[in-house]
Amino acid sequence: MSKNLNILTNGIIKENPVLVLLLGMCPTLGTTSSAINGFGMGIATTFVLICSNLVISLLKNFIPDKVRIPAFIIIIASFVTVVEMIMQAYMPPLYESLGLFIPLIVVNCIVLGRAEAFASKNTPLSSTLDGIGMGAGFTLALTVLGAIREFFGTGKIFDFTVYPEDYGLTTFVLAPGAFIVLGFLIVIVNKLKTTKN
Amino acid sequence: MTYILIFISAVFINNVVLSQILGICPFLGVSKKIDTAIGMGISVTFVIAIATLVTFLLMQYILIPFNLQFMQTISFILVIAALVQMVEIILKKVSPSLYQSLGVFLPLITTNCAVLGVAILVTKHDIYKESLLQSMVYAISTAIGFALALIIFAGIREHLNIANIPKAFKGMPVALIIAGILAMIFMGFTGIVKIN
Repeated sequence: MSKNLNILTNGIIKENPVLVLLLGMCPTLGTTSSAINGFGMGIATTFVLICSNLVISLLKNFIPDKVRIPAFIIIIASFVTVVEMIMQAYMPPLYESLGLFIPLIVVNCIVLGRAEAFASKNTPLSSTLDGIGMGAGFTLALTVLGAIREFFGTGKIFDFTVYPEDYGLTTFVLAPGAFIVLGFLIVIVNKLKTTKN
Repeated sequence: MTYILIFISAVFINNVVLSQILGICPFLGVSKKIDTAIGMGISVTFVIAIATLVTFLLMQYILIPFNLQFMQTISFILVIAALVQMVEIILKKVSPSLYQSLGVFLPLITTNCAVLGVAILVTKHDIYKESLLQSMVYAISTAIGFALALIIFAGIREHLNIANIPKAFKGMPVALIIAGILAMIFMGFTGIVKIN
């Protein structure tokens, strides 16, 4: 039981995919112009991660070793298509604002990385838990990053106005803000890690 | 004239890395030395050009006539993965010296989101989806923009090695902050030409 709990919490803090492992940078930087967008992207990726981890761990004995990477990519791409269609049907505004980055979940290093490093070697239960944990860590990092950028850029958090929009720095919502805020977030994580040791 | 505008817009104004934020993994991963950055830039340009050509034809002549647009993501990623493999095999046979210098980067390109990103963007764009030639010019210019950003960034990072940086900033954080400043510089190009 404690082993399962360990797998679940591993991805959230100790091996946070974005802030510690530095994987999946494109959606992290590209979709976090607001907290809602970051959260939506996190949830979409989490769904793909859980489903692909589960299916790959179930099929691991049937997939020949030589063609495993293409097989994994096809499984992931099918779930991405499912997510894309669901979002287009039920969440059109979020679908519009995430745009290109939804099909690009296919090439997110986190999903393929977990499939190769974890799901292809472990049981379906622990793979699912790993998917949930990694997905939660990814969602957490994206939401925090989105909230910071939204706060400095437009004066809002989750569309709730904190200070007038005119005082916001638009740069934070655009590309440069993404790089700089993520850079400083990683600095804080590094600092916390070294003081803990 | 249109082609020159597409070129300037794709290389400077809508730079694929610094403005659209695609292809960040190779941008941060293989930018430690200028030599490797140049190799990666050339390989990506090569793959993006071929991938866009093939996916454009696939979309126009197979997916749209048979109403299979929902298969776009799956078929595109398969085509790109197969193409990268093919380029690798052909290069190994035809030009072993080029393969020696580019070989390491080629498998990495499959998961470069700039390749899939450009292929999908072309099919969604109002003008490019009609014309193969404009799409190709756009794709190649985008790839050149990628190479340009990568090489500039690698040049800066070579200098960072000898700089005195606080411990917590070492490695990725300072690289990200530099990339942010570089992106801010590229924002200065906005407004040079009208983008459609």
